[in-house]
Amino acid sequence: MSLFTEFPEMTRTELRDFKKGIDGSFKDFIHAYGEGIENFFKPLLHFLKWFEDLLVATPWPIMLAIIALLVWGGSRSWGLVAGTIISMLVIGYLGMWEDAMFTLALTTVATIICIVIGIPIGILMSKSDRFQAVITPILDIMQTIPAFVYLIPIVMILGIGLVPGLIAVIIYAVPPIVRLTNLGIRLVDTDILEAADAFGASPRQKLWTVQMPLALPNIFAGVNQTIMMALAMVVVASLLGVHGLGLEVLKAVNSQYITLGFMNGLAIVAIAIVFDRTSQKFGKRLQKHSEVIHG
Amino acid sequence: MASHGIEIKDLFKIFGPHGNKFIDAVKGGMTKTELNEKHGHVLGLKDINISMPAGQIQVVMGLSGSGKSTLIRHINRLIEPTAGSVQYEDVDVCQMSTSELQQFRRHKTAMVFQKFALLPHRTVIGNTVYGLELQGVNKDEARSRALKWIDRVGLSGFEDHYPNQLSGGMQQRVGLARALSNDADILLMDEAFSALDPLIRTDMQSVLLDIQEELRKTIVFITHDLDEALRLGDRIAILRDGEVIQQGTGEEIVLNPADSYIADFIKEVNRGRVISVETIMNKTPIEGAANIVLKSSDMLETAAQAMAQAQETSANVCDDSKKIIGSIHLKDTINAMVTAARH
Repeated sequence: MSLFTEFPEMTRTELRDFKKGIDGSFKDFIHAYGEGIENFFKPLLHFLKWFEDLLVATPWPIMLAIIALLVWGGSRSWGLVAGTIISMLVIGYLGMWEDAMFTLALTTVATIICIVIGIPIGILMSKSDRFQAVITPILDIMQTIPAFVYLIPIVMILGIGLVPGLIAVIIYAVPPIVRLTNLGIRLVDTDILEAADAFGASPRQKLWTVQMPLALPNIFAGVNQTIMMALAMVVVASLLGVHGLGLEVLKAVNSQYITLGFMNGLAIVAIAIVFDRTSQKFGKRLQKHSEVIHG
Repeated sequence: MASHGIEIKDLFKIFGPHGNKFIDAVKGGMTKTELNEKHGHVLGLKDINISMPAGQIQVVMGLSGSGKSTLIRHINRLIEPTAGSVQYEDVDVCQMSTSELQQFRRHKTAMVFQKFALLPHRTVIGNTVYGLELQGVNKDEARSRALKWIDRVGLSGFEDHYPNQLSGGMQQRVGLARALSNDADILLMDEAFSALDPLIRTDMQSVLLDIQEELRKTIVFITHDLDEALRLGDRIAILRDGEVIQQGTGEEIVLNPADSYIADFIKEVNRGRVISVETIMNKTPIEGAANIVLKSSDMLETAAQAMAQAQETSANVCDDSKKIIGSIHLKDTINAMVTAARH
């Protein structure tokens, strides 16, 4: 009867030994390989540091001009360029320029790494149902597991600093680009694929002449989502000692400074909007061919 | 001119996960219904034997579900056969390795599709060079060859348009230019004109016949439209439920339908455009009387028109070398044009 009223759980000792066992072997693993892993990420750290310093050291008018130029190049919209310049000027005037540069650096590097890792994985997933079946649940875990949980092993291995922060951001931000690359390729019209086959396209030719170009709008939606999620993670990354707008928000939370919190929070929003609109408009321009329709 | 025909021999296709298991049963006489109901497999093609002549247009005709699109996809092996062979230049396409097949598709065949299947992100010129690009032809060469064919199909000035800026007829011209640029001997056309308006369809048929006059490719043309089949086909094979039920020239089929199914099919055909003078002529020329001379290869419609215009009731018939070989009467001509063969 007790089986009915009480859950048949492990005994306390068993449970403690179970947890201790795993924690212990993880610690042994860190002792053995921690330094190797840290060294492996050294080049990444140097690159990120260099990129941050570059953004901060560049005189602000030049930086502003470069940002405006990039926004124009992506969106071809004067309105967006004007909006970008105004919001960057406000951010600077309110004393957040340097922090904004730190955040910009982290987001940019994280996005590039997500693209470099994510697109090839997405392509492989689209080619193999088995690989898709393995990767999909992993992506689900990455997106739903509370960020604090995977911060634990990251901190244990790498301590706190820029690289652990970057890795935390990447874990959270990479799934959309993987998913949408996979989806985009799988959605390509089978009639067109058949035509490519009929003309004797090799799998590689098919990928580059048909599948990737036609999947591009979806892939771009993935890049856009990845950027948004990376920006959303900067506050969590600040827990790992990443400086920037996120860290200021964290300070504001700890000391209940409403103005500081909102200022930095809205600065993140402004940067997010600039990224979002620019990448969306760029994505739309890529599919110019589908806009003009025979009447 | 293409020098080799395509020989399709004993071709079977069973759709389903274990098609191979049932091939002997099907060869032993299992019907399509039995295969489907008892084993859940679909008999796509059954014992197809067609000898497609080099440099001519072979039409494969049938209603939807007859297996005609499946058949054409066996020629470049977009669909794997369950049994049988497709011979071209003494090589069995069905036995080719992946790389051989790739080369075969690049250099020997080109295909035009019912739904055009153009690359939407490429312009007309970008689509037309596609086959050449896959072959590895250099850019300038590919471009100049493509421009020639774009001009030939009547799309000059539209080189930089995207497919969805063009009408259906124009899109299929791009499809045709893309296929012709490949310079392949075999042209596979899968219901290429079926999606087009009747007027544009006739127009495209003329374009095709015109080009064929010059190039003499081996063309396999799939259609469900008998008029189209009779107009284009040097030879016609009629498919039903995955089986060939009759093959021959258009005239042979119209004059001697193999069964009531085909007889039904050809009931509405304009016989005057299919039956030639040779079929109904008397072997005895009319001495001196006839004022007009018709060619033995003329169609009855032309003959009747010529006699009516000249207000004659008979005419002499000559062969290709202008030698008089017989005669026809207006009465017989009209009779042959309106009576369907009994069945």
